[in-house]
Amino acid sequence: MPREAPRTLLEKVWDAHMVTPESADAPGMLYVDLHLVHEVTSPQAFTELDARGLKVRRPDKTFATLDHSTPTAPADANGKRPYVTAEAEAQVATLERNCARHGVPLAGWDSDARGVVHVMAPELGLTQPGMVVVCGDSHTATHGAFGALAFGIGTSEVGHVLATQCLLQRKPKTMRVTVDGQLQPGVSAKDLTLAVIAAIGFGGGSGYVVEYAGEAIRALEMEGRMTLCNMSIEAGARAGMIAPDAKTIAYLRGRRYAPQGEAFERAAERWLALATEPGATFDKEVRIDGAAITPMATFGTTPDAAIPIGAAAPAPRTESERKALDYMGFTAGEATTHAPVSVVFVGSCTNGRLSDLRAAADVLRGRKVKSGVRMLVVPGSESVKRQAEAEGLDAVFTEAGAEWREPGCSMCIAMNGDVVPPGKLAVSTSNRNFEGRQGKGARTILASPATAAASAVTGVLTDPRMFARGPAHA
Amino acid sequence: MPERFTQLTSRTFVLPQESIDTDQIIPARFLTTTSREGLGAKAFYDWRYDASGKPIADQALNTLDTSEHRILVAGDNFGCGSSREHAPWALMDYGFRAVISTSIADIFNSNALKNGLLPIVVDKETHERLLADPGGRVGIDLEKSELTIGNAPPVKFSIEPFARRCLIEGVDPLGWLVDRIPAVEAFERTQGHAP
Ligand code: SF4
Repeated sequence: MPREAPRTLLEKVWDAHMVTPESADAPGMLYVDLHLVHEVTSPQAFTELDARGLKVRRPDKTFATLDHSTPTAPADANGKRPYVTAEAEAQVATLERNCARHGVPLAGWDSDARGVVHVMAPELGLTQPGMVVVCGDSHTATHGAFGALAFGIGTSEVGHVLATQCLLQRKPKTMRVTVDGQLQPGVSAKDLTLAVIAAIGFGGGSGYVVEYAGEAIRALEMEGRMTLCNMSIEAGARAGMIAPDAKTIAYLRGRRYAPQGEAFERAAERWLALATEPGATFDKEVRIDGAAITPMATFGTTPDAAIPIGAAAPAPRTESERKALDYMGFTAGEATTHAPVSVVFVGSCTNGRLSDLRAAADVLRGRKVKSGVRMLVVPGSESVKRQAEAEGLDAVFTEAGAEWREPGCSMCIAMNGDVVPPGKLAVSTSNRNFEGRQGKGARTILASPATAAASAVTGVLTDPRMFARGPAHA
Repeated sequence: MPERFTQLTSRTFVLPQESIDTDQIIPARFLTTTSREGLGAKAFYDWRYDASGKPIADQALNTLDTSEHRILVAGDNFGCGSSREHAPWALMDYGFRAVISTSIADIFNSNALKNGLLPIVVDKETHERLLADPGGRVGIDLEKSELTIGNAPPVKFSIEPFARRCLIEGVDPLGWLVDRIPAVEAFERTQGHAP
């Protein structure tokens, strides 16, 4: 038999999930191992199933949670939760009902596992290398940090997967983004992520699945890798992947839904064999010097409009870029570090994990949020919340004057009532700085947790390295 | 199930802005609905209404005769951002049946096709002709995969063949998949995915 051509990570996962191959006439049927569900993009899919008399075919491969429409203020003494509207409450109740009727496991209000879907699934060990993971949510790419092929789908496709466990897909193109060198001290995974998106461009990854490789990527911990893969969609790429390695295995060992004992060791061996083989080729290659990256922040209304903190906002090249700069209230040729910041948000599926909260707390410890600045810290999940509280991070935040909230998407999407007021400037650790994303008229700067915390202290966008405390505190 | 699409001749409506994301098409606070109906009223809401909820007078989207202007011509990278299918639902309910741009984001493209909102990608030159003539008459023939701008010779466009067939013949993708469940079962047995 002739030797097979060397394959990429994507190709290995893809080939292992083709139920029927694609042809000129029809896409392939791609099998889904894990279907994550939340309250916003699923109700109409369940309605469609009901209308056709269909059942959820594999509830054992489906897992739901409540995160987008949920309040982040606690329930009152009577257990009543402060939903933003009756409609939001009804939406949550709809998912609860749909899960109960179809036997779909739900990490609901009473669960110790509830969380933002892309924070929750990895920490439970639901997400595993080599899987195909989908969710009606564009940041599903997060799970690619484990060497899974993970991408967002629409509600019609949510119905397809619920009913058949399959999706109609054509094989995407492949792009490898190699980040060489070592990140400088004080430069985080978010800074790296914003630099990568700026390099690829907002729509530059359209049609591709990105594999992130290189020394700087291998040096990232799993939570940093999730931050990077999470924002692949902000470069237009539906999915981003990182080959599983010893860190992946160590992260998964002992997680609730990961294989246990002997089965885990066998799985680990398979997972490590998923890496792209030497000689495999990509449709596009991008190389970035990781050592040159400094703390980054956005200045426009697309996530690729990012520059090193303190650098001058570049002159707009198009009418759309000019409008974006106007909307943000920044001036071309001037730094963006003078505009007063009103709101600081630490949280989301990009930066709502324990290491993110630690980074923000390290800056805030013994300091105060500047008067007039509202700072919200929203843990990504119940588990993150518990761990943070066990370490006393909640006390660091509240003593500094920040709000410590219940887990959820919160101000990342601002559909639960947590909003940035019109016209106000926010520094946010989330993933989208679109016009009005954090509330009508809200202006958003995307940055890392450390930058967000430093900006909360000073009241203007601030490079967190000025608050570095030296190795004793590292 | 997608609404059928074979031919359409209509006037365009032009939004030249680049990277119109799905948060612009329908702001997130309207996503608490459990229905797909009636979202046209929320389409481009924050562009159409001021902070007090009053319609903005000089916003063309508020006065557009959508029975006459069924083709949206938009700037590059249309539909980027979130995966919300509420975006094509809102655009169709508002009255559009086709979107033309130089590039259309992947997930939006797939969602649009699932509903019968035709996403058409054209080259820069064709796009510029469309931008230069807002409200101009455009003919779309999906069977021939041709776009006719005014009296000029038609321009070819391409739609993924299966999605195209679904739109023209009324094939229902979910039904098509359900018919192939035996293949899924066989796959599960051989690949160790059995329940
Ligand atoms: S945190 Fe933001 S990006 Fe992540 S799932 Fe929630 S709304 Fe989407």
